Amino acid sequence: MSRAGRWLRAGLPQLAVLILALIANGLIAPNFFTLTVQDGRLFGGLVDVVNRGAPTALLGLGMALVIATRGIDLSVGAVMAIAGAVAAVAVNDGLAWPLALALALGAGLACGLWNGVLIAVLGIQPIVATLILMVAGRGVAQLITAGRIVTFDEPHLLWLGGGSVLGLPVAAVVALTALAVFLVATRRTALGLFIEAVGVNPRASRLAGIDTRGVLLCVYAASGLLAATAGVIAAADIRAADANNAGLWLELDAILAVVIGGGLLYGGRFSLSLALIGALALQTIKTGILRAGFPPEFNLIVMAAVVAGVLCLQSPAFAELVRRMRLRRSGAGS
Amino acid sequence: MNRIWRHAAVAALGLSLAACGRAGTDRATTVGFAQIGSESGWRAAETKLAISAAQARGITLKVADGQQRQENQIKAIRSFIAQGVGAIFLAPVVSTGWDDVLAEAKAAKIPVVLLDRQITTQDPSLFLTAVAADNVHEGQVAGEWLVGKVGAKPCRVVELQGTVGSTLVADRKKGFDQAIAKTPDIKIVRTQSGEFTRAKGKEVMEGFIKAENAAGICAVYAHNDDMMIGAIQAMKAAGLKPGTEILTVSIDGVPDIFKAMADGEANATVELAPDMAARGFDVLAAYQKDGKAPPKFVQTPSKLYLPDTAAAEYARRKDLY
Repeated sequence: MSRAGRWLRAGLPQLAVLILALIANGLIAPNFFTLTVQDGRLFGGLVDVVNRGAPTALLGLGMALVIATRGIDLSVGAVMAIAGAVAAVAVNDGLAWPLALALALGAGLACGLWNGVLIAVLGIQPIVATLILMVAGRGVAQLITAGRIVTFDEPHLLWLGGGSVLGLPVAAVVALTALAVFLVATRRTALGLFIEAVGVNPRASRLAGIDTRGVLLCVYAASGLLAATAGVIAAADIRAADANNAGLWLELDAILAVVIGGGLLYGGRFSLSLALIGALALQTIKTGILRAGFPPEFNLIVMAAVVAGVLCLQSPAFAELVRRMRLRRSGAGS
Repeated sequence: MNRIWRHAAVAALGLSLAACGRAGTDRATTVGFAQIGSESGWRAAETKLAISAAQARGITLKVADGQQRQENQIKAIRSFIAQGVGAIFLAPVVSTGWDDVLAEAKAAKIPVVLLDRQITTQDPSLFLTAVAADNVHEGQVAGEWLVGKVGAKPCRVVELQGTVGSTLVADRKKGFDQAIAKTPDIKIVRTQSGEFTRAKGKEVMEGFIKAENAAGICAVYAHNDDMMIGAIQAMKAAGLKPGTEILTVSIDGVPDIFKAMADGEANATVELAPDMAARGFDVLAAYQKDGKAPPKFVQTPSKLYLPDTAAAEYARRKDLY
């Protein structure tokens, strides 16, 4: 089977979820698929999904790598808040935008390395190690902004949130670029294999000559960097750094995106493109719920029911059921 | 030489008077303020204004940041009691669970003034009074402005609610609903939670614009200014003109909404006055002067601000928050 065919087959449940979610949106708002051009940008329901989903997608890419090593990164939401705060405060203090951006991404990288050192060098369990930064990181972001919402109007930074490249939203372009970069880095080199090996059996892979520490450090650093990118985009989107709310609970969305994308929490297997599709599907579902006109009290219940349904559809038990039904049908036909 | 002695004597007299005061009624030269935290610009402004109001009155204010946790606030109150402060200001992070620590303050004869939020207790004698805004009234002021602005014309309103489940949301919704109840042509056609944040306010408004076909929306009511700031961005991105094509009214009075009003992109905000501590000091001073207990609820004004004063208000507030 060709490479694309194999991918399609593996990603069928994920694609089905995304397409179903899109159809549901189309039923909720008939103009959902209408695309118009507004001020030189594409405008419409699909663009909203892509724009809102981009930060979760970026987090999902990092999370997919981390989970592949049998780890988890709970700190990504807090790292988003830190990066947004750093970028906003830096440009407001008169720093040039490239420097502010570099500082923000650097802060994210530093956070990722911090996690990496705790996990790879000190051997702390990932869920505990990253919990530290999840709790403390938001405090750090609040210190940077002094508890305020820091509004900024640096046009280049704002472009990251609301601009467009050839009509496509910048946030989407950044997410796709990140996907391409990490696909090349993991699948055109042995790095992807190393990551999976560490996830399957860290000890065996170390004995086989893989630098497990280096791999873990790289993976958490990448997660931090991607989270910082998402943080800058999220801040630019609302033209302000909101340390209290930026990225709040998004670490859970990122984990869910990976799970919907077929990732195993036991590690050892990952698909970046399916994690991205998982993030998009999740955002499509969220957008649909917000627009369906339910009373807001039902948002979380509906969300939980939909996600439970999606995960049931993807479960091995359901696949087995389908296989049996097929067998029975072919048996009856013969 | 003589003069120095006289000064010293006056100072000694003053000290002894102050000492008498400690034992008697006028003890409020030191006030402990158990603040929730600094989770928002509004909260930071409340703390700043409390400090400056205390300075103006010659009161030493000790601020304890509770970092959003009740146990920290309880610890702070206990330490204030141990220090023998004259009065305690408390901005309670939650409404229940204060009975024990407030009973300790009562036993030490230290009056407690609640700021900004109420508590639930069986024994109202545990606190002197609560200085707070009436959240239903805030919603009413917002609704009445819209009724006055729109008149008899039909108006389809979309509502951005705060976080589901908080009493603040229920109250601000109730007040607005009451105000527009008399005008059947003004009705809320869509309501959704924007969780009090800019990002969610923007996302929800994007959805409203798509679902309601922008031209069908006449006004937006947001339970706080931050959601409205997000909604304004969503309207602008959709090529709409908030402030002219779509009316906006929200609550809180944060600096950025005044900037939006000055730019002609927002129409009205109802201020949640952050100078609650100053009112607390006044109530306390009156109580300590004549010993008459104030009412259990001192309502702070909910003032409506319009674009005409917005530029000046923005300049006045931008460094406060």
